[in-house]
Amino acid sequence: MLTAEDKKLIQHIWGKLSGAEEEVGAEALWRMFHSYPPTKTYFPHFDLSQGSDQIRGHGQKVVAALGNAIKNLDNLSQALSELSNLHAYNLRVDPPRFSLQFLSQCLQVVLASRLGKEYSPEVHSAIDKFMSAVAAVLAEKYR
Amino acid sequence: MVHWSAEEKQLITGLWGKVNVAECGAEALARLLIVYPWTQRFFAAFGNLSSPTAVIGNPKVQAHGKKVLSSFGEAVKNLDNIKQCFAQLSKLHCDKLHVDPENFRLLGDILIIVLAANYGKEFSPACQAAWQKMVRVVAHALGHEYH
Repeated sequence: MLTAEDKKLIQHIWGKLSGAEEEVGAEALWRMFHSYPPTKTYFPHFDLSQGSDQIRGHGQKVVAALGNAIKNLDNLSQALSELSNLHAYNLRVDPPRFSLQFLSQCLQVVLASRLGKEYSPEVHSAIDKFMSAVAAVLAEKYR
Repeated sequence: MVHWSAEEKQLITGLWGKVNVAECGAEALARLLIVYPWTQRFFAAFGNLSSPTAVIGNPKVQAHGKKVLSSFGEAVKNLDNIKQCFAQLSKLHCDKLHVDPENFRLLGDILIIVLAANYGKEFSPACQAAWQKMVRVVAHALGHEYH
C-alpha cells in the first residue's frame, strides 16, 4: 500500500513536527471531540474541557504511537501489535475504520493548518494512506 | 430541517466570504482524484489524470472543480433550505451520473483539509466543527433523492 515515495514523504513531514508533538496531538483530539461529539463517549473518565491535562497527555501518547509507527513503516503490524491488542480486547473502540477516520481527518486538519502549502496533495495522499494502514492494523484482532 | 446556531452561520458565511471559489474548487477536486484515485472512474473524459502534476494542471479538472464549489456556494446562501436547494442535483447524480454518495463525504472532508491549509490558525476547531457539519449536510442532501 505505502510506496517508497509515500514513506519518504511521511517521514519528512513528521520530522517537521519535532517538538510540537504534544500540541499537535492535543489539538487533533480537541478538534475530534468538537467535530464528532460521539467520540467523547470513549472518554467519560476524562476532563474534556479545552486544554485539560488529560487531553494533552493523551494527545501526546497518540502522537508518540504514530511517531513510532512512522519509524517502522516496513513493519506496521509488529510496531502496533500491542496497541492492536489493546484496542481489540480492552478499549473496544468501534472498529477503527470508523473512529480512526475521525481522528485521521482531524490530525490532517492540524497538519494542513500548520504546514499550509507544504501539505501538498502528495503529502496528503501519503498521510491518508498511512492512517488507513494504521486503522487496518488496529482492527486486525477485533474478531 | 437542520438547525444552525448563529455562531455556526457566522463561521460558515464568514470564511466563505474569503474563499477563492475557482482556486479552492480546483484544488479540492484535484486532491479527490489524487488521494482517492478510484474517483477518477467518473472522469474518464477529462484526459490526462496520470500523475498528481497532470491532475493539478488539467484544465477540465480546474473548470469542474470551480463548478462544484460554486454549487456549494448555493448551499452557503441557503443554509436553511439545503435539501431543497440540492434536490435536482441529487437526482442528477443518481440518475445520470451514477455517483456513489460516499464520494460526497470524501470530497467534503477534502474540502475541509484544503480550507485548513489555506487559512491556518483561522480555521479554528469551532470553525472546523461548523464546516464538518456543513459538508455532512450537503452530502446528505445530495444523496437524498437517490432511489
